[in-house]
Amino acid sequence: MSKILVIAEHAEGKLNASVSKTLAVAEKIGGETHVAVLAADGAAVAAEAAKLAGVAKVLVVNNAANAQPTSAVLAPQIVELAKQGYTHVLFPGTTFGKDLAPRVAAKLDVQQVSDIMAVHGASSFDRPTYAGNAITTVEAPAGTVVATVRLASFNAVAQTGSAAVETVSVSAALPTHTRFVKLEAQKSERPDLQSAAKVVSGGRALGSSENFKVVYALADKIGAGVGASRAAVDSGYVPNDMQVGQTGKIIAPELYIAVGISGAIQHLAGIKDARTIVAINKDPEAPIFEVADFGLVGDLFQVLPEMTAKL
Amino acid sequence: MKALVSVKRVVDYNVRIQVKSDGTGVVTDGVKHSMNPFDEIAMEEAVRLKEKGKVTEIVAVTIGGDKNEETLRTALAFGADRAIHIKEAGEVQPLTAAKAFAAVLKKEGAQLFIAGKQAIDDDANQTGQMVAALLDIAQATFASKVEVEGNKAIVTREVDAGLETLEVDLPAVITADLRLNEPRYLKLPDIMKAKKKPVETVSFADLGVTPAAGLKTTKTVPPPSRSKGIVVKTVDELVSALKAKGLV
Amino acid sequence: MSVERDVMEYDVVVVGAGPAGLSAACRLKQKAAEAGQDISVCVVEKGSEVGAHILSGAVFEPRALNELFPDWKAKGAPLNVPVAGDEIYFFRSESAAFKMPNLFVPKTMHNEGNYVISLGNLCRWLAKQAEDLGVEIYPGFAAQHAIVEPGPDGGVIKGVQIGDMGINREGERKPDFTPGMELRAKYTLFAEGCRGHLGKQLIAQYQLDKDADAQHYGIGIKEIWTVPPEKHKPGLVVHTAGWPLSLTGTDALGGSFLYHFENNQVVVGLIVDLSYTNPYLSPFDEFQRLKHHPVIRKHLEGGTRTSYGARAICKGGLNSLPKMVFPGGALIGCDLGTLNFAKIKGSHTAMKSGMLAAEAVAEALLAGDEGGKALDSYPAKFKASWLHDELFRSRNFGPIMHKFGALIGGALNYMEQNWFGGNFPFTVHDLKPDYKSLKPAAESAKIEYPKPDGKLSFDKLSSVFLSSTNHEEDQPIHLQLKDPSIPIAKNLPMYAEPAQRYCPAGVYEVVGEGDAKRFQINAQNCVHCKTCDIKDPAQNINWVAPEGGGGPNYANM
Repeated sequence: MSKILVIAEHAEGKLNASVSKTLAVAEKIGGETHVAVLAADGAAVAAEAAKLAGVAKVLVVNNAANAQPTSAVLAPQIVELAKQGYTHVLFPGTTFGKDLAPRVAAKLDVQQVSDIMAVHGASSFDRPTYAGNAITTVEAPAGTVVATVRLASFNAVAQTGSAAVETVSVSAALPTHTRFVKLEAQKSERPDLQSAAKVVSGGRALGSSENFKVVYALADKIGAGVGASRAAVDSGYVPNDMQVGQTGKIIAPELYIAVGISGAIQHLAGIKDARTIVAINKDPEAPIFEVADFGLVGDLFQVLPEMTAKL
Repeated sequence: MKALVSVKRVVDYNVRIQVKSDGTGVVTDGVKHSMNPFDEIAMEEAVRLKEKGKVTEIVAVTIGGDKNEETLRTALAFGADRAIHIKEAGEVQPLTAAKAFAAVLKKEGAQLFIAGKQAIDDDANQTGQMVAALLDIAQATFASKVEVEGNKAIVTREVDAGLETLEVDLPAVITADLRLNEPRYLKLPDIMKAKKKPVETVSFADLGVTPAAGLKTTKTVPPPSRSKGIVVKTVDELVSALKAKGLV
Repeated sequence: MSVERDVMEYDVVVVGAGPAGLSAACRLKQKAAEAGQDISVCVVEKGSEVGAHILSGAVFEPRALNELFPDWKAKGAPLNVPVAGDEIYFFRSESAAFKMPNLFVPKTMHNEGNYVISLGNLCRWLAKQAEDLGVEIYPGFAAQHAIVEPGPDGGVIKGVQIGDMGINREGERKPDFTPGMELRAKYTLFAEGCRGHLGKQLIAQYQLDKDADAQHYGIGIKEIWTVPPEKHKPGLVVHTAGWPLSLTGTDALGGSFLYHFENNQVVVGLIVDLSYTNPYLSPFDEFQRLKHHPVIRKHLEGGTRTSYGARAICKGGLNSLPKMVFPGGALIGCDLGTLNFAKIKGSHTAMKSGMLAAEAVAEALLAGDEGGKALDSYPAKFKASWLHDELFRSRNFGPIMHKFGALIGGALNYMEQNWFGGNFPFTVHDLKPDYKSLKPAAESAKIEYPKPDGKLSFDKLSSVFLSSTNHEEDQPIHLQLKDPSIPIAKNLPMYAEPAQRYCPAGVYEVVGEGDAKRFQINAQNCVHCKTCDIKDPAQNINWVAPEGGGGPNYANM
């Protein structure tokens, strides 16, 4: 039976939502799942983790060095934990997990599986390559499976658990060559197109750069980034750096609202990893409707202001 | 100070990827290859550090078959002083690559290892971190700003929560994110000069590296196509659907 | 703003790494080696790599390659699929066809001994041979101007200047502005392919075409399909004439090709003569519907389309050949117009013309020539070669087709090729340039093309996507309008602005309604086929090279 260790990401005493999705992978692998919380004082985070379904035990490693976690400091501790009979060590596919997991894998002398998007068995997984254009099924070799989880592919587990919390200590030597200086939250102005969780994009149907204001209004109301189709960029309505699609930016937001965009294949290539696509277009035949989760046929100049008002 | 920059030869980012119909991989024959774009950013950063007087020598390193020499020539045209070609015709996975780079880093006594954050073919995002782990040195991944001062580097990283700044002792591994810089256009005279710069060829055996057991790829398929969702009639319907999914 | 440019000097600079340019480069090095001397040769190529902009059928006749590299087999040239069968069909309608009995196939259409190849891959191989011989090849750099040393009769060509990089859409320098360097040479060979933008300027500058018939062109559109293994018949070669183009008329000529290549690949394409008359005709849509014809469909059904591209071809042949040389340089290959349209083959002829020019240049340089002359030894060598003989025998094919159509013209061609050995005792001329052939929209019937079914036929944008075309977005539009008002003020009322349809990449659109109508140029889509430069009835579109490395990234084309 598999014995799975899930590494908890947390900040300011709160468990990161990515952990719950990582647990969904542990659930699919099947076995006994523990969550490791490495912190200066992990009590609050551990209590949260204990409530997640499928967690058998929460291990808390308290150490002042973990106050501002860096991979250099966390990795040796996780390696020590992992050596206690774990078959799998799973990390959320966040920048935290992506930075940390390879450091652990290399120390365990195993190849890592990045971005698990489907589970076929204890050592067989699907993962994306070539920017999601080719999905490979991989078989991990013997030894501990160290992996990151592609969050967009899994749903959070329920909060129905009541796991035991155990404080443990590890004896790893911690390096001092890496020092945290500061963390600046992203500025609160309109989010960056590439990393935004929500994106509203406008197409040529907007008709002018002046008219793009209806797109900005909706985007600002819901805290979204703003993009554009190549046709809108070529028409000079918006600058080049807003172009979404094959030759522009390839994005994977949770919500993508395509306004007045017909859905040329170049554009679709740039949004195929978006979680939910909404299409607003007056042409019911527009190809964008073929891929949209929600479509609304209508005049964008009426729909958008109404939507902005109602959200 | 010496900087080592790893560069990978990958299918060019403009090429539309085709998955072979028998599921054995993607079509790479007759397809344009070029330097991994994130490695170009890494190269550019090394060159800028050299222009600022922080780095005195840039060594580019690659792993791959004969054609990888083109990638090294590109690195030399960017401004690498010399190059090391670790010749290995077969597939090399990140842990093995990291072992080889770690060996070169040690041999060269380089203080900086700069790489792209990931290669756009396997999208693994592992090698830099693994090099750091194998040598027990500092790592600063997803870099968007790098400053070198004495035997330290101050690196701003693009993390999910925003911009994190780390101070790391050298030697250290830095991996480049998209916004670190915009690589320059290669100049024809530099490409011409690059043809004459030295390239050293070594093997895994020379470096004392035994390839690690790798992941076995059993199948490659194109991504599932999106299916058509529902068409709503009114804005109210749309708004409530989005609210129900917790999206707004 | 003046800029300081780096300068490199070579004995010979070749513009374009296609079959002509690379063959010339190889030949120069071979001749120098034979003489125990060195000739420095540099090849520049606007595509991001050698082969990126190469598109051809292609059934390849190895005659020139046999001469250039007699040991090409041992050297691994990518000629892997010998032609295993020829079929020719006349399509009478969208479903009816008759197959031409083998007996009546004109000699020029026999393909025994030929190979189905990817010309792009052959060029990649030739580039490797050239580099092994010491040629320097620089892909990703577009020659933007010929360097002219002023003098009488148009001056002397002294090399080329590479285009500047890092200029924004408005023409201002960006922070990464990089001036293009000057490549100076004793002799410059222009091998840009059909309608090269420098070749076009040189022909005008030196009036090279003043004694030639008007050049004639076609647009070739090609797709690569991967078909189920059980359908794949490596080496099968199929040609068709007639539907969806004219069979007995002359207002829309052309023909299709379908070749079974290696790795379960089938290539299929349509060549439409740019002498077509109906401004509503869309070569792209003609090609899409062609694939639904049962004769074509049966090869493709169950397969997937993996690649798409288009390129204009020069088909005027011998009658349209301009003068080949001018002080300091020469035109070779399709930049000159050496394609043999009766065979629909231009690769071996391009290679041969490059080799002949190279021999002339090598002889001069090895004899101590300092460059800058018009090397008449090149046309002399051409006249004495099999290339001239071959083009002479085929000289009447194009004009006969233009006059009599595919069916009758085909019969006449059969008579000429098979009974007269290509030697009709007369030459047929066709003097009307293709841009003058359109009839006004008011006198033309609109053509309603069927909607693409997404299985056999597709729309333009999803097609362009398969060409992996890319251009740096923020750069000047490389499709220049001499007079920006013409598309809407003249072409639209007169010809319903045919650019919207003849462009196979969706570059040109008329958008907006009523008085707000404007001409939109989506330059990023451009696959560098040059059709607009050729067919615009006002000759108002000037194709210039965009930033080097831009354009399609064809694989196996």
